[in-house]
Amino acid sequence: MRELALHILDIAENSISAGANRIEIMVKQDTRNDELCLSVMDNGKGMDEELLAKVMNPFITSRTTRKVGLGIPLLKQAAEACNGGLTIESEPGKGTRLTAKFQECHIDRMPLGNLADTFLTLLLGTPEVNFVLDYQVNDEVFYFDDSEVKEAIEGMSLTDYRVIEYLTNTIRDGINETKKYAIKQGVDHAHD
Amino acid sequence: MPTINSIEDLKRLREEAQKIKEMRDQAGKTQIVVGMGTIGIAAGARETLKTILTFIEENHLPDIILRQTGNLGLSGMDPVVKVTLPDQEEVSYCKVNPDIARKIMQDHVVDGNVLTDYLLKV
Repeated sequence: MRELALHILDIAENSISAGANRIEIMVKQDTRNDELCLSVMDNGKGMDEELLAKVMNPFITSRTTRKVGLGIPLLKQAAEACNGGLTIESEPGKGTRLTAKFQECHIDRMPLGNLADTFLTLLLGTPEVNFVLDYQVNDEVFYFDDSEVKEAIEGMSLTDYRVIEYLTNTIRDGINETKKYAIKQGVDHAHD
Repeated sequence: MPTINSIEDLKRLREEAQKIKEMRDQAGKTQIVVGMGTIGIAAGARETLKTILTFIEENHLPDIILRQTGNLGLSGMDPVVKVTLPDQEEVSYCKVNPDIARKIMQDHVVDGNVLTDYLLKV
């Protein structure tokens, strides 16, 4: 995968499979400490230690654990290659939080990519789940909780063209404004 | 439905009516599902879904239910898109890039003609 945003989408799919009805995506670019941190937190069914060990290791996968794919090991490898790492905290019945950290300006660090499209895919394509996006660049924050929108249009389809237009603009603009702030601060985001 | 004796009964009645309404609504709509497993994502499924969204938005298409779902278990065929027109069988398309997605939206969803070139053959 060529974008961190695609990895985020992949990880969030795991949360949906785990039966979560609330998924919070956080991306934090802290240029002062040269760190990029992303996390996906859900209230799904969680994992016990045995399963946790399996999802971290790509070589344990077998037919019976078919649901355990390559997504997490791939992201782990990408993070470790950039002086970072990947951690998963999970509790059966409570939920899971996956966190990946990267050295922000590492030469091999994948670009963040299209975070807006990742979030829109999840939000519009999975209307029954409450999605939250928390995107931070240093002190600038874009926080979006879709429950307000979903409540406001209750009974209407999320894929009404006017709703699509509104959500696309709101999320894209919110992310872009936050990025612009980073550029103003003299942060080199050439590869984002 | 038994006799209504309380507010709770009324609420249940409303919920049941809602469910029936939802089912009817569902039946009159076109359903589009995009497979979004790890391989699907790597093969461009997010761009495929975005193209479909943009098509709905630009053409003001009404009554479409668009969903994304995890792995459809059809590796090598991604991105996979399933289209179900009201009262018709589900049709599955494979290796749907944005260009093919636009064609599916125009020819199949709008005009009602299945695109035989891109059908998923299992």
